[in-house]
Amino acid sequence: MKPYAVIGAFFVVGLILPLVTVIGATLLSPRKPNPIKGDIYECGLKTVGETWVQFKIQYYIYALIFVIFDIEVVFLYPWAVAYNRLELFALVEMLIFAGILLAGLLYAWRKGALSWV
Amino acid sequence: MQALDRLFISIGRAFNSFLSQFLPPTAVTVIGMFLSAIIISTFAALVFMFLTWLERKFVGRMQDRIGPNRVGPFGLLQPIADAIKMFTKELITPEGAHKVAYNLAPILAVAPVMMFFAVIPFGRDMVAADLDVGVLYLVALSSATEVAILMAGWASRNKFALLGAMRAVAQMLSYEVPLVLILLALVLMAGSMQLTELVAAQGVPFALLQPVAFLIFIVAAAAELNRTPFDIPEAESELVAGYHTEYGGMKFGLFMMAEFIAAFGMACLVTTVFLGGWRPWIIPLPSWLWFLIKAFAVLFVFIWFRGTFPRLRIDQLQAFCWKFLVPVTLLNVIVTGVVVTFFPIVRDGQIVVQGAGGWAVTTVVYFATSVVFGLIIAWLYRRPTQQALRQIEVGRPAARGLSQEVQAA
Repeated sequence: MKPYAVIGAFFVVGLILPLVTVIGATLLSPRKPNPIKGDIYECGLKTVGETWVQFKIQYYIYALIFVIFDIEVVFLYPWAVAYNRLELFALVEMLIFAGILLAGLLYAWRKGALSWV
Repeated sequence: MQALDRLFISIGRAFNSFLSQFLPPTAVTVIGMFLSAIIISTFAALVFMFLTWLERKFVGRMQDRIGPNRVGPFGLLQPIADAIKMFTKELITPEGAHKVAYNLAPILAVAPVMMFFAVIPFGRDMVAADLDVGVLYLVALSSATEVAILMAGWASRNKFALLGAMRAVAQMLSYEVPLVLILLALVLMAGSMQLTELVAAQGVPFALLQPVAFLIFIVAAAAELNRTPFDIPEAESELVAGYHTEYGGMKFGLFMMAEFIAAFGMACLVTTVFLGGWRPWIIPLPSWLWFLIKAFAVLFVFIWFRGTFPRLRIDQLQAFCWKFLVPVTLLNVIVTGVVVTFFPIVRDGQIVVQGAGGWAVTTVVYFATSVVFGLIIAWLYRRPTQQALRQIEVGRPAARGLSQEVQAA
């Protein structure tokens, strides 16, 4: 239990430290707003059109592949920790699992999901 | 020597016994926890200030310039001048920005990188929280920063910021997979996710047992940190400044801080899992000093990268990750699994390698396997020969090598 409490303490300190810095900066800094200062930067011109544009579909595909891979890899971690207590069969099981992962990667590769379009 | 090694632990003990004269034990424990968190976070912030100076000085020297040299001896007080400047700059929230998300993002960017140091063993018995899932905790934290970055980019209501944020998130997600897979191979060797156990299992540094994984880890770490040559999220020649285009003053300073402290945290992780952590090498210096020396050596390599390599394009970057790093690291896990079966380092939670002779045999076996593996990979991804290139022109796609696939992506 104790290590998790320490991590909680780190989280609190990690939030308070930047908060104090920003508050300190707010107190120390001048405040002279004007409309030109508040403008959004775009090479000296007024922004044209909608800012929150549709994003490129490729980002979505990478995110999907990432979710698949990362979650499957997390399943391998308990196996890695327990490996030194297991028999040879654990290796065979892992080979099958990693083989499926590799096959999935090759499939995505073949389908062109890994190429930037 | 012994006293110097345990300096910080002795100070902590003395302070604890001093406090317990007035306070109940629970209060002493709580104060101790927060104090350790505050001290380590402050130390990280100081390292950040020092790093800004170090990077500018080193990169300056590599580019045949002098670097900062006006404020204080060798420009050492430059970070303090910068801090004063950032504190006294006006904080502007641009018009049309989402105010809450815009102001919250820099704070949320710093918090996870500060939490990184909770589980790092800085020296013998010098770890704030000896978590049994330490490696998994660090992996989880390294993706927490992405939320803050996307928040900053989206809330700024700036096209450059949004593009930068998307690139940053895509890149950090992608490069996390090889990092996680390499850490998996190391966990396999040490039989534990606890960082102190990982250090204990390194009778010989894992960098020697897994040289190929070590190299890949350094490269993927540079990408995960958005550092040159992988700094397309902030590519100043195309995106102004990426996700923090609209930030100024101390809010920008916090993003800087998050970036540099993340670099230091990553250097600490590399030191812990690959370079034997606080274990002294040959010269008997205090364990925490050895840890810092190794961590700064890794940081120097990151700075060296910046002085050396040009920036990649985003398609090259993603192809390099998914078509090279991910398959190679996945195969590395399999190869390591096979080697660990026949030459185990840890069995039933106990280190089974005995004496210098045992370590020598283990080192030779692991090193040789890794090198052979690396050579096979290099052969698979070799440049296509002239003959193969001619065949491609004729239109035989089967002749395309893997390396060409990566380049053509």
